[in-house]
Amino acid sequence: MADEAPFQFLHNELIQYISKSAQNGETENGRNITKLETMGFRVGQGLIERLTKDTTRFKDELDIMKFICKDFWTCLFKKQIDNLRTNHQGIYVLQDNKFRLLSQLSAGKQYLEHAPKYLAFTCGLVRGALSNLGVKSIVTAEVSVMPACKFQVMIQKM
Amino acid sequence: MSRQSNRTTDSKKMNSELFTLTYGALVTQLCKDYENDEEVNKQLDKMGYNIGVRLIEDFLARSSIGRCQDFRETADVIAKVAFKMYLGTTPSVTNWSPAGDEFSLILENNPLVDFVELPDNHSTLIYSNLLCGVLRGALEMVQMAVDVRFAQDTLRGDNVTEIRMKFIKRIEENLPAGDE
Repeated sequence: MADEAPFQFLHNELIQYISKSAQNGETENGRNITKLETMGFRVGQGLIERLTKDTTRFKDELDIMKFICKDFWTCLFKKQIDNLRTNHQGIYVLQDNKFRLLSQLSAGKQYLEHAPKYLAFTCGLVRGALSNLGVKSIVTAEVSVMPACKFQVMIQKM
Repeated sequence: MSRQSNRTTDSKKMNSELFTLTYGALVTQLCKDYENDEEVNKQLDKMGYNIGVRLIEDFLARSSIGRCQDFRETADVIAKVAFKMYLGTTPSVTNWSPAGDEFSLILENNPLVDFVELPDNHSTLIYSNLLCGVLRGALEMVQMAVDVRFAQDTLRGDNVTEIRMKFIKRIEENLPAGDE
């Protein structure tokens, strides 16, 4: 399938569904985000398995992060991460200046309060992918002006 | 950079896997949230409907296809253009009713079920029921009320996957009250 529209629409429905089940008083906001993140985690695990089946072994952590920024991101969103930064102590910041799942939402500060919902699934994707590459991590995201967004990956030492 | 060459993967294929796996995660979540399969089927159909009413706009804008003259043309467009565009597969159109108001889409390979096995305790789950909702929602936006359901499903042991579509009626375009 060469088309990304089905995924985008499905992703929107996912968010709708999860946040609606919250309105019925089942869970508070934080738990929803967790639910989305968990779903992403599982999908990320599956994807990375498929994606790396013919690749050579990674040299180190940085090599893995580069793979995430280039190949993994290209597969997900048809573009690479625009900027990768690290403090060489296990914290990486991945910046995407035009994040696909936000780009149709707004170009500015409008709807900023809704942005977290649209990022949780992707955070999970990254965490799941890393987890199957043997890297335990915490992934969070922040947005100041849409559609740019930063994902912060904190590697947990085993 | 030198290693880039042996890391080429078919990105188109990959993208469909993202969709397939995400859909799987959704169905799994629904099965956790609802007690019985019927409820899950209903929810999938509802979500599909929501997608369909939006997807049709994307489809019309990109395919430059105009109004269909009859239901046969509609069937052709769905199978040959829409399914191909969004799911990368072309179902065959068969089993026309004599009146020409009912037909079947036979899916050779259903991308939604690529990595799926149904456990025994979900025998009444219609895994790909989202598709029915999508078709119904999309056609409703072009003034066609259609009944869509799965008649056969390979996941449940049938030889093929068959979606049965039945034309119900043309939805009249009625002007909002007070509009001249």
